Formats: sequence, structure tokens, C-alpha cells
Amino acid sequence: MPADLRVARRQLLIDSAGIAVSAIGFALVFGLAARNAGYSLLEASAMSVFGFAGAAQFAAVGYVAQGLPWAPIVILTFFLNARHALYSASLAPRLRHVPFLQRAAMAHVLTDEAFALAATHFHRLGRVDVPGYWIGAVLGVFIPWNLATIAGYLLGSAIPDPSALGLDIVFPAAMAGLAVGLMTGRREVAAAGSGAAIGVLLSLAVGPGVGIVAGGLIGPLVGMAVPVPANPEPAGRTESTAGALRSGESADAELAGAASPARADATGMTGAHHEGLNPLPSVPLGRFDIDEALDEADADAAADRDPDPGPAAKPRELP
Amino acid sequence: MSTDLVLLALLMGAVTYPSRALPMLAPGIERLPARALLYLRLVGPAVLASIAASETLVRGTAAEGYGIVIGVDILGVLACLAIVAWRRNLFLGLVAGVALVALLRLAGIG
Repeated sequence: MPADLRVARRQLLIDSAGIAVSAIGFALVFGLAARNAGYSLLEASAMSVFGFAGAAQFAAVGYVAQGLPWAPIVILTFFLNARHALYSASLAPRLRHVPFLQRAAMAHVLTDEAFALAATHFHRLGRVDVPGYWIGAVLGVFIPWNLATIAGYLLGSAIPDPSALGLDIVFPAAMAGLAVGLMTGRREVAAAGSGAAIGVLLSLAVGPGVGIVAGGLIGPLVGMAVPVPANPEPAGRTESTAGALRSGESADAELAGAASPARADATGMTGAHHEGLNPLPSVPLGRFDIDEALDEADADAAADRDPDPGPAAKPRELP
Repeated sequence: MSTDLVLLALLMGAVTYPSRALPMLAPGIERLPARALLYLRLVGPAVLASIAASETLVRGTAAEGYGIVIGVDILGVLACLAIVAWRRNLFLGLVAGVALVALLRLAGIG
């Protein structure tokens, strides 16, 4: 296993441990609440296996206890979990090479926590790590959530109140901490800041279900509006970009230009090691190449973090 | 042992799965314009910050209305954030945040 992968996975496991503690705390409470609402153990477990969505599961417990019909529960579940589409869309470009069936399975365990762990892990690593996704989503969330659901059901009122132990802050704190790990440039900071502000304002006005999604939808638009200072093009990029622009095909030039570090930073992960892997990337004409965009975005984000990228990233002097 | 609610669980899973799967399974994602890919890249920090801020600051229900509540949990989240920013260690940040909140609550604060 490469050293960078080993280091990133070790960090992922540590992060997952924190997330697992949160999942265990709240799934214990869910198991207890489900028991008090009259669920059988099988029904409580089925909620955690098939639904696997904390807020919707807690809402369902309340509604079932009140004897409400299923239709509003199912509709509420849809809206509560609609934000997962954002996570899925955000991860989709990176997972495009993963086999369809595996992606279909990955989708089932895509939760707030799984997304946060995966996005941070891929970002830290500088590339996709499918086993890493499973580590975060299954070891960090799915298994602890399901085992603790059963434990909460069986242990009943013997379990302590998570808030008395301060565990109720683990979820928001973990989300905030993992967001920090994704902030590698001013655009990310602007997106996060505006996402938080919009999320709070609309949560106050309409409710957290809408506010959180709105923050996730509008925040990136604010981030995109933030200008990124023109950086010197890293070595090896100048010629390829210039070549593309000389091609005379406007569409190709636009695509090539979009992949240029000075003009656009498409979806990407930082990772200094990446700069050494593709010393002379070429920009394919006639088709936007996501790998190039990821590499270019890495360089852009690195330059955004460090105004003086050092001699290795300084532009090659053309004769 | 009752199994009636297993069907409800399956229905809940059935309405949740499309949100989780459709964007990930949609073909042609590699042909998205660069601006769309940039947007998707920024979704992560935006939505995580949105969740963190809303979960920490906003309390209430749809029936009673929502308001900002300043409690000790904010201190816990801020402590975690500070440690993550300083040490780049989420687990350490979580332990510190939880410990701080537990101690404050034990002391009757918050």
C-alpha cells in the first residue's frame, strides 16, 4: 500500500471513530425510542437497515407512536433526505470509474457522515479511494448505527442520555470539523461561510430541513462568484494551454481554458503529491477531461493557499 | 414479533434511495461543464457548514417556531473547530468539545 494511502486511511479511521461515537449515542436513543413507541426489535432494526436516516427514523418513531398514517411519514422521509442528492451529485464525478453496481450499493450508505468522511478523505488523499469510502460509510456509520439500534432496544432505559455526556454536539462538531478539512481556498471558505449563514437564516424562517438544503445549494454559487487571483501557471501547463488556445476552435479553446489553473478550478482535490505525478499533462481537445480538470484544480487550490508556491511550481521560462 | 413496520421501513428506504443514488448513477457525469464541476466541488464545504451551523444554533419545531439558542454546545463546537484547525485532528477536537460540554453541564452551566 502506498505511504500516502496508508496515512490517509489511518486518519480516516481516526475520524470515523469520532463519527461512530456519535452514531452509537444516537442509535442507542433511537432503539430505546422505537421500543417505547411499540416497535418490535425486527421493526427497529429494519428502520436502521433500510431507512438508515437518523432524522427520518426519529420522526417516524414520533408519528408511529401518535398513530399517524404511513403516507405522511413516507413523504416527510423523502423531503428530509432530499439533501442526499447533493452529496451524491458532489461525489459522482469522482466515482465515475467505479462499476455501476458498486455505486448503486455505495448510494445506500450515503449519509451526512459518510459524505463528510468520504469527501474529506478523497480531498486529503488527492484521489478516489473506494475502500476508504466503505470504511467511512460502513465501519464508521452503518455498522455502529445498526448495532447500537439493537443495543438501545435491548438495554432500554439503562442507557445514559447522550446529551448529558455532551455527545449531542458530536454531530454538528464533526460536520464543522470535516468542513474545515475541505476549505483549501477562498472559494471554499466563501461557500462554507455563505452556506452556514443561509442555512441558519432559512432554518429560522422555514425550518432546518429547508435551511440546510438551501445552504448547500446557494453556498457554492457564492463561492463561484469569488474571484481567484491569477496565478502563474505551473510548469508544464503553459504549453498545453497555449497550444489549445492556438487551435482556433472556440469550443475547444473554451474547454481547454476552463481547465486552465488561471481561469477555472473545476471540481478537484488538493494534494501536493499530485503535482509530481503529472508533470506534463496535456489538455485534450474537443472534450472536457475531468482528470485534467481535477489536476488543474489541485494546482489552483494549492496556489490559492500559498501565494508563493515555490520553485517546483513556478512557471517554466519560455525562450 | 410484529413485522408490520418492516414494510414502512422499506418504503422509507425506497423514497430515500433515489436521492442518494440517482446523481451518482446518472450517465454522462464526465461531460459536465467545468463550471458545474466547480459547483459540485463547493457543495461539500457549503452543506457541511450549513448542517453544522443550523444544528448548533437553531432550535425549535415547526409548530412552535424556530429560534437561535446560544448554549454551551456552541462552545463545544467552537473548541472542536479550533483544535481541528490547529492540529488537523478531528477526533481530538471531538473529544475536547464533548469533554468541555459535559463538564459545563456537570457544573450546571447550560
